[in-house]
Amino acid sequence: MTQSEQNLIEIRDLRFSRGDRTIFDGINMDIQRGKVTAIMGPSGCGKTTLLRLIGSQIKPDSGDIWLGSQNIPRLKRKKLFELRKQIGMLFQSGALFTDLNIYENVAFPLRIHTDLPDDMIHDLVLMKLHAVGLRGARDLMPSELSGGMARRAALARAMALDPQMIMYDEPFAGQDPISMGVLVRLIRLLNQAVGITSVIVSHDLQETASIADYIYVIADGKVIGEGTPEKVMNDRSAMVHQFTHGTADGPVPFHFPAPDYRQDIMDLEGV
Amino acid sequence: MINRIQSLGANTIAFVQSLGYSGVFLFYSLWGIPNLRTGFPLLLKQLYSVGVLSLVIIVVSGTFIGMVLGLQGFTILSDFGTENALGQLVALSLVREMAPVVTGLLFAGRAGSALTAEIGLMKATEQLASMEMIGVDPLRRIVAPRLLAGFIAMPILTAIFCAAGIWGGYLVGVEWLGLYEGAFWANMQSAVSFQHDVLNGILKGFIFGIAITWIAVLQGYQSEPTSEGISIATTKTVVHASLAVLALDFILTAIMFGDF
Repeated sequence: MTQSEQNLIEIRDLRFSRGDRTIFDGINMDIQRGKVTAIMGPSGCGKTTLLRLIGSQIKPDSGDIWLGSQNIPRLKRKKLFELRKQIGMLFQSGALFTDLNIYENVAFPLRIHTDLPDDMIHDLVLMKLHAVGLRGARDLMPSELSGGMARRAALARAMALDPQMIMYDEPFAGQDPISMGVLVRLIRLLNQAVGITSVIVSHDLQETASIADYIYVIADGKVIGEGTPEKVMNDRSAMVHQFTHGTADGPVPFHFPAPDYRQDIMDLEGV
Repeated sequence: MINRIQSLGANTIAFVQSLGYSGVFLFYSLWGIPNLRTGFPLLLKQLYSVGVLSLVIIVVSGTFIGMVLGLQGFTILSDFGTENALGQLVALSLVREMAPVVTGLLFAGRAGSALTAEIGLMKATEQLASMEMIGVDPLRRIVAPRLLAGFIAMPILTAIFCAAGIWGGYLVGVEWLGLYEGAFWANMQSAVSFQHDVLNGILKGFIFGIAITWIAVLQGYQSEPTSEGISIATTKTVVHASLAVLALDFILTAIMFGDF
């Protein structure tokens, strides 16, 4: 298998900015087929934006995102919606449809995209819900679930169509230790048993490193480190080291750009 | 001076861009009407939401406006001894102007604001984004049924407003103030033309329905995904839709009833 065939997604020289702020300044990434790839980095570095660019919910200023022979940002509207059937996405908030109960939320993609009979959809939905531990919550409305449960229900919906790839946006944030353990195992299991390619955006270092095959660390609009979890954890470069060891002082700024602290405090004219 | 010209140019470009976006938005939404099997239940649900749930406010308002017209009309007409023309006055005022315009204003406040808030909240809670990622176009699934429901509901609500208003005028003029019932109905029947008055009134309602629903769903879809953004979008819907109804009414009245 050539390098290009190994990769499900190839990102090349991707540039994206919001107003005057550059989010990505020519990044390159490979998401390997059947592997768990983690994208890590400090808050606000554009991790979620990258997922939205891959899903083409927003368009880059320039650069390419290849899925096989298709350049995602250049796809026409109809082709794009076809392509998205192969990509599941777990949103940070869960983003369940609030007018449907949990069962109908998970059944939604199956009802829209397949002609399966109701009894088969019933079985599939219960299997997906059982996998995330929410089979008993099928009749509840999204407003009746906690944040963590809503995200697990959303995961069941994201894998309803057995997509080629699932993108997870902060899957571990706000989960209790039991749910987090189950989620970590589930993501790994989905990857190993069904061969789903996974992209995890997270800053939960330990959990993500425990299941990822490859990690990209991004900051300041660039990829500042990449490699296997061991390689990234032992990376001695100042930027990656600062992120993996959680120190405020270092090349990755903790503070949003601001004028000099002393001058800001002493400057009473603006008050 | 240069700055003013530059600002005028920038505003004009922004205005033309937003017009273009609105047109493309409407085109994609209507182009993408879901097929009958999946789309009809969605349309029915929205017809209930924007149409049936607006019925109470439409019937009550129509009745009261008809009663006020009956009372004012009777007082003025009786000064000239022509109170028998009350039926004609009430019906023509309602059918030609009051029913489409007031129904439009009430519809913008009741259904338009609800549509904007609902779509805006779906955007803020990432439901629209997740629908896109499931491979379902929100313009087809969410926007199209709401647009169609608004187009269908408004002319029907206009007709119901007319009926309620005429009944209100009848209650005051005939039942309360003692006008001869035969004169009330006969004058109305002879003065109101089905094609010229009734159909034009309903057509006005339909056109207002297009404008209001279009503005409402567009504002919701374009809203900033924050609580403040949704609040601003909802206010914009009511203000823009109300102004659009009044401005369109003038143009349509000039075309339909202008004699020049």
